[in-house]
Amino acid sequence: MIDFVGKKQWFFLISWILVIMGIAALVISQIQLGTPLRLGTDFTGGTSMILEFSPAVEQSRLRDEMAKLGYEEATIQNAGEGSFVIHTKEITPEEARELAEKLGAELDSQVEIIDYYLVSGTVAAKTTRNAVIAVIIAAVAMMFYIVWAFRRMPKPFRWGSCAVIALIHNVFIIVGIFSFLGWLAGVEIDALFITGLLAVVGYSINNTVVVFDRIRENVSRHIRPNFAETVNDSLIDTLGRCLNTALTTLFVLLAMFLFGGATIHYFVLVLLLGVIIGTYSSVCIASQLLVMWERREWRALLPFTKGTT
Amino acid sequence: MRRGNVYLLIFILVLFGFALWSVVPLDRNAFGRKGLRLGLDLAGGSYLVYQADVSGIEPGTEDEIMDGVKGVVERRINALGITEPVVEVQKQEGEYSIAIQLPGIADIEKAKEMVGLFTVLEFREQDAGGNWTPATGTVNGENLTLTSRYFKENTYVAADQYGKPLLIFEWDATGAQLSKQITTRLLGKPLAIYLGDEPLRGEDGHIIAPVVQAVIEDKGQIEGLSLADVNELKDLLNAGRIDVPLGRWVEGEFEPNVPLYERTVDATLGQDSVQKSILAAGVGIVLLVIFMLVYYRLPGLVACLSLGIYGVVLLSIFKLWPVTPITLTLPGVAGFVVSLGMAVDANVLIFERMKEELRGGRSLGAAVEAGFNRAWPAIRDSNITTFIACLILIWLGGTLGTFMVKGFAQTLLIGVALSMFTAIVVTRTFLRLIVGSQVATNLAAYGVTPFPARRET
Repeated sequence: MIDFVGKKQWFFLISWILVIMGIAALVISQIQLGTPLRLGTDFTGGTSMILEFSPAVEQSRLRDEMAKLGYEEATIQNAGEGSFVIHTKEITPEEARELAEKLGAELDSQVEIIDYYLVSGTVAAKTTRNAVIAVIIAAVAMMFYIVWAFRRMPKPFRWGSCAVIALIHNVFIIVGIFSFLGWLAGVEIDALFITGLLAVVGYSINNTVVVFDRIRENVSRHIRPNFAETVNDSLIDTLGRCLNTALTTLFVLLAMFLFGGATIHYFVLVLLLGVIIGTYSSVCIASQLLVMWERREWRALLPFTKGTT
Repeated sequence: MRRGNVYLLIFILVLFGFALWSVVPLDRNAFGRKGLRLGLDLAGGSYLVYQADVSGIEPGTEDEIMDGVKGVVERRINALGITEPVVEVQKQEGEYSIAIQLPGIADIEKAKEMVGLFTVLEFREQDAGGNWTPATGTVNGENLTLTSRYFKENTYVAADQYGKPLLIFEWDATGAQLSKQITTRLLGKPLAIYLGDEPLRGEDGHIIAPVVQAVIEDKGQIEGLSLADVNELKDLLNAGRIDVPLGRWVEGEFEPNVPLYERTVDATLGQDSVQKSILAAGVGIVLLVIFMLVYYRLPGLVACLSLGIYGVVLLSIFKLWPVTPITLTLPGVAGFVVSLGMAVDANVLIFERMKEELRGGRSLGAAVEAGFNRAWPAIRDSNITTFIACLILIWLGGTLGTFMVKGFAQTLLIGVALSMFTAIVVTRTFLRLIVGSQVATNLAAYGVTPFPARRET
């Protein structure tokens, strides 16, 4: 039988490392790029397009040429197979075609604009505002849901708090990873990123609810003398379900990630990360926080301290 | 075998049969069934959103006028020969905009030109050579063309004593003078109505060109049109009374003809995405099926069967969704895939419970019932958060220029709702029938080692 509860300090350590790395990425990105996350066309306005070069060209050469043509501020992201996602100031389709032709001539390659997307700056500000509203409404609605879902638990506030902490932890890690990707690979977050984030927030709460529900059931059956053992039992009871549902979803998501093409690559990545981290956190973080809170051993949060087991 | 189960089985089979019938063929219109509507990211094409400058419209009549503007835009686009354009009026915080989806369009510039034109309709007469030329008259020494601008706002549909539809209209002062001159000149001759360079056509394809029966001064009527034509003409004329320029607002200034959003996806990229999605979904589903069969055995097989039914019914819902068919986009495909995973999730919850009950020494039939009953609250609760997220996303998606967010949320919402149905009704019925008919009584078929029935302590 696996002793999850006994390893909780290791889990906390792993999470601390991930969260701190995420925060570091946000800070570094803020210092280097002036923004913690690279914002996509949906939020900043401008034109974003996918240029397909055949034969493929190097990203550094493309960047140099773009700068020569007066597009120094453009974000360039390699989308594989000779195509690049370029986000720049607002340019009309004609200007985009001209730019593509010049680039093709300079880089000695055939260029096609396979995706052109223009967002007016005025509406982008509104989009950002609406996305923030959506996230806030979602957060409030989920809080209400959590209060409702945990109404049968012995200490609803405590159980709800543990679920929320695990949730914030998940969001932080995913946002951190995207900050990192933005800094290193020019990956931008768009409306689909928010979409994915909201979807995985829902998913990870589900998981936590299923685990907590079992803990509650086992506590009321008094099959174990102490809380820690009851939690561990419940984790083992629900482990099959948690892993299997995560696995079945991961199979299909992984296939989408690997073969699904560039357009939704990072959207699927959000979902993929969400499922993995959501499953991990409901077993290894939310439940362990519950045990820690029950025993009031706050020092267990820090690594390499002695907890009483 | 209980009778209720047999009825349920028949219901499921009929549902499946109907869904399958409506789904095939998937990609094109045939036998009166429409093809699956693919989004621009899959079919290639353009998407345009314009804001409408409604400052010239009397408050309170905006909704009606915008419906007319929508009709005008639709007609212009149809004139370009684009198949299945989708034009929607969006209203947000008192601002009106028009979203236009143009699948598979070749010349976006031409389309933008057409859309950006003003919405005023023009009356034309036939010259000696049979060509339609603008019908003009002179008012205060000025040579003016008779247009929909001179209508009063109360153009309405009525019926004559035989119940045939009539369109009743009224001119303003300038219109009355023009109309008097023109109808006097054209008595007994036709007068056509043009939108840009295209004549308005009735539903049967004929040019709408009523013959002038009498001199019309301030009030008149058009007769002899079908009810549908009359209604549409009413909307167009009312909308054409006022210019509703389409464009965008930038810092309080209106820029006509410039879209708020514009997206053009190359058809080859769309095809590429379709192929990649099919490959990805195929690989994912095969992995899923193998996993379910190996891990859950007989119930796994049952789950896969009910997943098959789930997939077909979901596609059929997409095709048959009332009012506007649901557009399948790339994120929609991802939503479909995620909902597939969640549909399995419900089954997994049930099977895990069932296994526990079997290990606890219950009989097969009792374990199936207990598995369903005890897993139900978890399934219900766990889908609530997904519903919450989807509803918020549908709202957010509606305010965005990207059709992708909404596509994902719609697909996921419908998928999750349907997955609850398949898990609770379809899987349960199948399992009850199998257990009841004693086809498989060996516990190994249910993934449980028959002995010992104790839990490690």
